[in-house]
Amino acid sequence: MDRYFRAKVLSNIPLNTTTYLLTLQPLEQVRKPFPGQFYMIETGSSYDPLLKRPFSYLRRTPDGIQFLYTVRGKGTHLMSGFQAERTVRIIGPLGNGYPKPGRTSTPFLIAGGTGVASIYSLAEEVAGKAYVLYGARCREDLIMLSEIKKLKKDIVCVDCTDDGSCGLKGTVVEALDKLLADDLSKIPTLMLYACGPGPMLRSLSQVALKKGLKGFVSLEENMACGFGACLGCTVKTVKGNKRVCKEGPVFPIEEIVWI
Amino acid sequence: MDLKVTLGKLELKNPVMTASGTFGYGEEYSEFVDLNTLGAIVVKGISLQPMEGNPPPRICETSCGMLNAIGLQNIGVKKFLKEKLPYLRQFDTKVVVNVFGNTVQDYVRLSKTLDDAGVDAIELNVSCPNVKKGGIAFGTDKKVLGKLVAKVKKSVTNAVVITKLSPNVSSIPEFSRAAEEAGSDVISLINTIPGMAIDTETQKPKLANITGGLSGPAIKPIAVRMVWEAARSVAIPVIGIGGIVSTEDAIEFMLAGATAVQVGTGNFINPKATAEILQGIMIYLGGKGIHTVKSIVGKVCGK
Repeated sequence: MDRYFRAKVLSNIPLNTTTYLLTLQPLEQVRKPFPGQFYMIETGSSYDPLLKRPFSYLRRTPDGIQFLYTVRGKGTHLMSGFQAERTVRIIGPLGNGYPKPGRTSTPFLIAGGTGVASIYSLAEEVAGKAYVLYGARCREDLIMLSEIKKLKKDIVCVDCTDDGSCGLKGTVVEALDKLLADDLSKIPTLMLYACGPGPMLRSLSQVALKKGLKGFVSLEENMACGFGACLGCTVKTVKGNKRVCKEGPVFPIEEIVWI
Repeated sequence: MDLKVTLGKLELKNPVMTASGTFGYGEEYSEFVDLNTLGAIVVKGISLQPMEGNPPPRICETSCGMLNAIGLQNIGVKKFLKEKLPYLRQFDTKVVVNVFGNTVQDYVRLSKTLDDAGVDAIELNVSCPNVKKGGIAFGTDKKVLGKLVAKVKKSVTNAVVITKLSPNVSSIPEFSRAAEEAGSDVISLINTIPGMAIDTETQKPKLANITGGLSGPAIKPIAVRMVWEAARSVAIPVIGIGGIVSTEDAIEFMLAGATAVQVGTGNFINPKATAEILQGIMIYLGGKGIHTVKSIVGKVCGK
């Protein structure tokens, strides 16, 4: 099954002023993605922008694959204009994805902003008790909150916003710190799975280090190809240079050398 | 239809090659392209010792192109010979190894080692804009370039020597001739063009290295002009590189005088670009009733 394929836009729905839910239907037989994997999506049919954009998949639906994206630059702006029936070229699924949570540990899923896409794909698959800690700038940006709460699972969802308009006031990392001080200290086998902006992951790793927590972070980096050739997305780890697109995007939290 | 082209004593089954630094050591593309169909694979630049490369961000997009400052991250020649060359040797294609060093001696040692290992050709990278020492320093001084090429040429017996020229010189014909006179079997051009992009929000350069090499369709007209100038100035074969993403691009370079072409950034946006371009060349020749691809080389000016 080819990882370079064409897909049809089924829908492209704004969820708030800048974030969209894109549903693509592959026009060929494609591989099944695993939580935390991503796709490179073509944003236009000309050479400007030239490169495809990497997006974690949110979930699979009976007829397609869903993505969340926030309009930030030229590429995502063009994507916001995608009409149903349009065909786009895609590469994926790419990257390693999250390791399957073990039965002996309690998964603690941490999402910041649109990092929720990758975390949601994992939340759908976890079995047994799990925690989801979901943060964004404000209430309107907690776009997946109701969906996470709808998951028929033994999931405890804690939400927080920078401005306090929903849930706890503060960042996910502050919320984690607080929770660790209270009830979570009773769970000895906590395993972190996190995706979000760089500064969030960096401060999370500091907390993890301080408290001796283990876990995984999904990183984001500029990339040209998405499949390991350009070496544009390399990050420093304690085991040397690694490609976010190939050896990642998910890395053990203690392996990343934060610059 | 005869698609064969010759680069010195090296015969390629067709003119479609990959450009160094965009095709890794072939592995990443094997699921997208039948590597046996390629004229040649040019691998990521190799140095004597492994190199870490530059800190991120290493790439950024620009209009119809991209800037990169990877900084020649590579696994070093020892590991290449042990782990990557045997893999590439499984395929019925020519293996060209791009090399670079800090001193003339580095280039000589590398070339000799690779020649002994039986690689088909060595491409001298004297034009990388992203490393402090070596690289472009050899490619922008005719005397130094001539000395480097002559020494490498003397140290190899079988491998074809290709000199990859920098676009960052005042006269392409002069540097093309300097490479030819020093004994280079082939020249390839162009490498990326030094460039820069600034984030207006943060008011900082978009690349950690500040400057990087510009590639992609944005540089194609410059590359075509330089290939045309080079091909008119020398008798040795010229390989055209620079923004090739489609069949038309590849044909354009051949008409300008390129005997073969290298697809670089095009592989990133379409991992099947090389195979599709090759198919397209056959369709083009068929449509024009041309039987040998060689006959279109340099056709634009009746050279």
